[in-house]
Amino acid sequence: MSIFLTKDSKVIVQGMTGSEGTKHTTRMLASGTNIVGGVNPRKAGTTVDFDGTAVAVFGTVADAVKETGANVSVIFVPPKFTKDAVLEAVAAEVPLVVVITEGVPVHDTAAFFAAAQASGTTRIIGPNCPGIITPGESNAGIIPASIAGAGRIGLVSKSGTLTYQMMYELSDFGFSTAIGIGGDPIVGTTHIDALQAFQDDPDTDAIVMIGEIGGDAEERAAAFIKDNVTKPVVGYVAGFTAPEGKTMGHAGAIVSGSSGTAAAKQEALEAVGVKVGKTPTETANLMRAIMQDLNK
Amino acid sequence: MDLMEYQAKTVFAKHGVGTTVGEVVTTPEEARAAAEKLGGGTVVVKAQVLTGGRGKAGGVKLAANPDEAEERAREILGLDIKGHIVKILNIVPAAAIAEEYYFSFLIDRANRNYLCIASAAGGMEIEEVAHTNPDAVAKISIDPATGVDLAKATQIATEAGYPADIIDAVAPEIVKLYEVFLAEDATLVEVNPLVKLKDGRVEALDGKVSLDENAEFRHPEYAAFADVSAADPLEAAAKAKGLNYVKLDGSVGIIGNGAGLVMSTLDVVAYAGEEFGGVKPANFLDIGGGASAEVMANGLEIIISDAQVKSVFVNVFGGITACDAVANGIVQAFELLAARGEAVSKPLVVRLDGNNAEEGRRILDEAGLAGLERVDTMDGAAKRAAELAAK
Repeated sequence: MSIFLTKDSKVIVQGMTGSEGTKHTTRMLASGTNIVGGVNPRKAGTTVDFDGTAVAVFGTVADAVKETGANVSVIFVPPKFTKDAVLEAVAAEVPLVVVITEGVPVHDTAAFFAAAQASGTTRIIGPNCPGIITPGESNAGIIPASIAGAGRIGLVSKSGTLTYQMMYELSDFGFSTAIGIGGDPIVGTTHIDALQAFQDDPDTDAIVMIGEIGGDAEERAAAFIKDNVTKPVVGYVAGFTAPEGKTMGHAGAIVSGSSGTAAAKQEALEAVGVKVGKTPTETANLMRAIMQDLNK
Repeated sequence: MDLMEYQAKTVFAKHGVGTTVGEVVTTPEEARAAAEKLGGGTVVVKAQVLTGGRGKAGGVKLAANPDEAEERAREILGLDIKGHIVKILNIVPAAAIAEEYYFSFLIDRANRNYLCIASAAGGMEIEEVAHTNPDAVAKISIDPATGVDLAKATQIATEAGYPADIIDAVAPEIVKLYEVFLAEDATLVEVNPLVKLKDGRVEALDGKVSLDENAEFRHPEYAAFADVSAADPLEAAAKAKGLNYVKLDGSVGIIGNGAGLVMSTLDVVAYAGEEFGGVKPANFLDIGGGASAEVMANGLEIIISDAQVKSVFVNVFGGITACDAVANGIVQAFELLAARGEAVSKPLVVRLDGNNAEEGRRILDEAGLAGLERVDTMDGAAKRAAELAAK
């Protein structure tokens, strides 16, 4: 078991024929993802060969869904086309839309998130995220499948490379699902959404939560953990040394005045009993100790 | 990107919001000429800096005539307001103000939509009002799907507690401010104060606008707003090379891949640096997933040119990128820099882990680059880099 993505997920790729789309479709197929189609209006009706696997190209998301029963779409299109691509997937009632694209204007994200909410059908992950992987079952995005295998830790992170780092550190235990939610000011899936899903997932024993400066998602996650999460949670927060008013790489990673600081996030998490590591390695070791205890 | 007041008011005017842009000057003589051009009467001389509290810091002053305008300009130009040196002034005719209010639109990260904050108590920091008199501050959620029409604007003005006699005048202004928020791809549109003039008109007396840099592709006009004079020279040089760089105050130069990992690297270096008398990171630099030789060389060049840097920490986790490619990038970067006549003169600590790490480490070892040390854990490498910087 897992959250949001399973071996039964049927995945299409919007932007499959672009350079990033091609590279990562190849990688997703190699890690066992059931990719049932791509979308490109100009190449509809053709097929693309990925190391011996032929994938059909459809003119619209609606056609792809109708023909293949796809229930996940991974989006690689450039920022200026991302809003329309997501709106198309929402209109086609795709249940899970993973938006990898970095650099999407926040008003575009606000618009497509509002549309997804109104649809009541579509969950969006991202934008500006590495996607989601259920090791050994399916991989929707760009997380390298070789880092870690299946296990019983759930991971939710704002950062892509810290996701990889943490999976690597804990590869001896493996993961039920690892999900990168992205570092933009508005994201489709939050820490809280993932925490709820991991809490409900019978195959997840413990959860690692990685946050960073900006906004108050971690503080709200802490409040949520207090009331709703009984599984052990270990946390890490990046950006203690970030200066006020400077965007640190991710569009949402900014301390504004006294709000959004790493110290406030750490404090909120620790106040509800979440152990917070000082470094990624220390965080991994905190989780290792918990897993060793659980496995006794 | 944050706009200065005169830029914000220029954007407001473009969308028909009532405001007075006035004159923009950089010398006392120009300030006198501007005051004359505005009719020779009383003007306000306003420092243009990207920080709050200008009034308290002496950056906003009344001048009764052009002589005084020149004098006030001389006093204000060059002032240091919270680390921002005043180089530009906005000269506007003094307004006959009856009342002051607060108004803003912003991105609501928590609810993932838009938020309007409005209050009949204007002219001071809204955080202060929210703290001392929370009932005086209205927070109204805006659904991006429906936006703000005249009916919604009227509801906002009423909930804010604006006086009944200005609702009809202020509601259309609110609709236009929402248009600024959307059409300009702003993440913040703030008017403080929004004023009722003695003649009954409503005007944005001041303005604060933040623009979404992700939307630059559909706003070529943004480039003209950039405050190049205020930018740190290293940050400007890095931007010219397309690097994602932020200058900090420490002595350990940092290069890494991925924003989260680099932020984490800064923290881990500062944490390790406690042991060595408070050694701190010198910068944030994310070279992204690719980590090509050219990007690595450009990054190293910027960092080495920072006189404060005593050691450099290259922290790469090979996820999508393979470590052998990164190692080759480092080796070639040394060659590229040598060819540019800028040999790597500072000690470099490299941590490569993840995809093809063994091969990457072998390449570095065989290259035998002067001053380069390999440490294979992030915490260990951070400690070594801090130790080298403390020497």
